[in-house]
Formats: sequence, structure tokens, C-alpha cells
Amino acid sequence: MRFKHLHELNTICTAESKTIAQLMIEEQVQETNTPEADVVKQMSEYYQVMKEAVRKGLTEDTTSRSGLTGGDGKRMAEYIRKGETCSGDASALAMAYALCVSEVNASMGRIVATPTAGSCGIIPGVFISSQERFGWTDEHLVNGLFCAGAIGYVIANNSFISGAEGGCQAEVGSAIGMAAGAMVELRGGTPEQVVHAVGLALKNTLGLICDPVAGLVEIPCIVRNGLGAVTALAAADMALAGVRSAIPSDEVIDVMLEVGSAMPSRHRETAQGGLAQTPTGRKMMQKLAKPKAKRAEPEQESKPEDSDTITSGTDNAQVHTDPQA
Amino acid sequence: MRFKDVFSIIGPSMTGPSSSHTAGAARLGRIARQWLGCTPDRARLTLYGSFADTYQGHGTDLALIGGLLDYVTDDPRIPDAEQYAEEAGMEVEFYTSGLPAPHPNTVKIELWHEERACSLIGASIGGGSVSVHSMNDFRVQISGEFPTLVLRHADKAGVLASVTSTISSSGVNIGYMQVDRKARDGEALTAMEMDGVPNPDMLKRLKELDHVLDIRVIDLKRGVDSDAI
Repeated sequence: MRFKHLHELNTICTAESKTIAQLMIEEQVQETNTPEADVVKQMSEYYQVMKEAVRKGLTEDTTSRSGLTGGDGKRMAEYIRKGETCSGDASALAMAYALCVSEVNASMGRIVATPTAGSCGIIPGVFISSQERFGWTDEHLVNGLFCAGAIGYVIANNSFISGAEGGCQAEVGSAIGMAAGAMVELRGGTPEQVVHAVGLALKNTLGLICDPVAGLVEIPCIVRNGLGAVTALAAADMALAGVRSAIPSDEVIDVMLEVGSAMPSRHRETAQGGLAQTPTGRKMMQKLAKPKAKRAEPEQESKPEDSDTITSGTDNAQVHTDPQA
Repeated sequence: MRFKDVFSIIGPSMTGPSSSHTAGAARLGRIARQWLGCTPDRARLTLYGSFADTYQGHGTDLALIGGLLDYVTDDPRIPDAEQYAEEAGMEVEFYTSGLPAPHPNTVKIELWHEERACSLIGASIGGGSVSVHSMNDFRVQISGEFPTLVLRHADKAGVLASVTSTISSSGVNIGYMQVDRKARDGEALTAMEMDGVPNPDMLKRLKELDHVLDIRVIDLKRGVDSDAI
């Protein structure tokens, strides 16, 4: 890829009079030696999966396997029909669709990781509700996915996109930044405005911990996807209005890496802190507790000096038993 | 770059609920199966970090089993993978370990089929992307994003030269390559991520080279059971 940072995306696109989506498609074709038609087709298929997940969430039973969640997407959609939303119908519909997709995910249905499954509701929520509102073609939205992908590529390679690594800021936060930036481009904003939207969005998710109750991608993940879709729309509006991220967006991404690295592991998807360890969270976990797998044999566990122990260095990850031996 | 292209960010299409715990786990299972070369009779999976803490709620166990059955990330059979494994005659054991691991979502997979056995350690690094750190105790660093050739061979001067010249004469470019050995003059393992799919003729010629013990192809885009190689 010809870019590693958002400012490079902006510079190249501005110099070559391209949208971020066009640049991303060209770079993908070059990098993977795949014809453009195939690259676009793959993304179009993903968009259809997203639409199907929204439809499923609105019409089918989305009760999760744990029984803890489900049906909130439908509840929101019914509430919007009454015409009395506080946040406005556009925001509320993005939220309803995001909840639907996240609920389909929690029920082990089919979704697209954008960038992850825990954050899979935000981009479809923003995209599909906006498509209905503005009457856009699928092709336009598929371009939006390439723009979102370019932003996510930068975030993932300079910071992180998984809750286990960097907290929920890395997961839901990245999706919000991607959706906000893509929304700006879909509305005809400049690459520079796209970049500002990413920074504006990410700044407001810094420090967001990943604290799934009972370790499930349900509470608070589903609700965070719903609210994340609204934040993305709001950040896109700010950038389109000309608001700039005073701290350059690339620096905000670096800060996300710093904050996420400093987070204790109990706040990084281990279910050992945050909402997961509230009295109610603990009760839910106990209720769902299943028999645990056996611990690895003690003789394997207690050989810290032995060379064949898993260690934290990336260089010397080794198995401690070799079935071929 | 840890994430190599747009589809490692948007995608994969997958069965919920967690790209690290289900999609990445299914891919790691599939890589292990392709490393073995067939459906295992027996599998022993040891989970570390967040995998060990939360695998049941996330269905990580089901996704790993699905991968061992060669299911892709959005295969609708994943939620019922345990039942399909039983039907396939595959015995699966899960263990958890408190040892520190290279990444919070790490699994060690050990597989057996008749006389054959293999092991790998891999991590699910986010968004369904994976990184395999070790195969049969040899260090590697493969992503599963590209067709990957894994060669077991003797640690002898000239083996790699003949391997790479055989590959280059087939017109396939090597994007990444790593060699590790157990001991000087002992067994070595070379993992190569390729820009193109290794063709049968290239594999046949590689197999015939002196000191090459075994070849496996890992290709998540095409399911490979490499008994035929």
C-alpha cells in the first residue's frame, strides 16, 4: 500500500484528485494482483451480507444463545414509527439497524467483521440507514466500504482494532472512526474532511474499556454499537461543517495505542473488570457458568526454566509437547 | 504490516459473535488441519489468555472444531460443530493454561491422524486475522492471507537454493520466507508465503529434491487436504 498514515491518504488523494475509495481499490488491485472487478464484487457481497443482517434483526428472533439479549433493534424500530425520537429519526434509525446487526452477531448469525464482530453493527447501521434516507445506489455504499477499509487499515497497522489488545476504543472506536470518515466521503466531503472526522470520532472513544459481561459479545457491546452509529453520524456532521480535529488524526491514533497499552488486562476483554464485575454482571456470569475445561497438566505448567514453555516474547513461542516426539 | 489489505479490515463474512474468538479461531483450526493434511482422529487444544477466560461464551471451541472440519468462517454449521465432529469420528479435548502467551488470544493445537501428528501455536490478532507463531516447535510467522508452502527438510547447505530456484522456475514469487532448524544438520522447517498458488508440477519437483522430507500447502481460499502431494 502507498499509505500507512491518514495524512498520506489525504496527500495522495488530493494530489491525484481521487477519492479515498478509488485509491483503496487501486491499491488493493496492485497489492493482491486481483482484477478490480473481483475486488469490487467481494466488497459488494459483504454489503449484501450486512443488509441481510439488518433485515434479519428487524424481522426474526435475535435472542442470543445465553438468553441475555435480543429484540432491542426491533424495539427501536417500533419506537421510531411513533415519530417521537429525542435524537432525530436519522440517528435513531442508524442506531436501530446497528442494534439489529449486533444482535444477529450475538445469536451466532452471519455478519461481516467491520473491523471486528464486536463492532459489526456500526458501519451497517450508518450505511444502510443513510442509503434509505439519501436514495444512494449499492455501488455508492460499496465505495464507502473501501473508504472505511482504508481508514481501518491505517488504524489497525498503527494501533489496534481488537478489544483484547486495546480495549473497546480499539474495536467500537475504530468502527466509529471508519464509519464517520466514510460517511463524509459518501456525502461528498474532501479527503481532508474525512481525516478530520476520524480524529474527531476517535478522540471521543479514548479510554473506552472492553468489559463484556460473562465474556459474551452482548452486554455492553450491542448497546455500544447502537450509540456508536450515532457518534459516527455526529462526527461526520462536524467534519462536513468544517470542524477540524485540533490534534491531528494520526496523533490521535498513536494516543489510542498508548492508552490501550496502558490499560490493565482486566479491562481488555477478559471479563475480569468493568461492567462484567458489577454485582449484576457477576450474577449473570454465575448463572451462565458451564463446566470448565481441564487445566493443562501441572507438569507442563510448572517448568518456567524449561526452554519449551510458552513465553511472552514473539520470537520464542513454542509448544511444550511435540506429538511427533 | 500486521494487516495486509482492505479485506482484513472489512471482512470476513463470518458466524458471530467475535471475530477474534470465532472467525480467527476457525481460521487457526483450518490452518492446523491443512498442516496435518486431513481430518484428524484426535485433537487437543490448549487455550491461553482471553481465549482461556472466555472461550465458551464466545463459541471459540465450536469455531476451532469447525476449522478442524475445514469449515470457512461463515459456515452455518459452526454453532453445531461439536455434533459434526462426533459424526466425523474426531475426538476433541480442550485445556486451558495460565502460562503467559505471545498474544492474549492464543491457542496451541495438537492433532493426530493414524501415524501422523502435528502441532501449531497461533494467535487471533483481531478482526479475524491470525498469526501462526510455531509449527511442530519450529518458529514461523505466517498469516494465512496468502497460499503458504511449508517444507520440512534436512538442514543441509544448498537445500534452500534448490527449493527457491524450483519455485522461481515455476514463475511464482515468494512474498515472505522463514527458516528455522532444531539443530545444526538436524531437521529444519521453511515456511513461504507465495503471491501465487503452487501448482502440482512445482510441488512434485520440490518433493523430489534431495533432503526435502515433506511438503504441505496451506491455503485458506481453497481448502487443501494435501495427502495427494
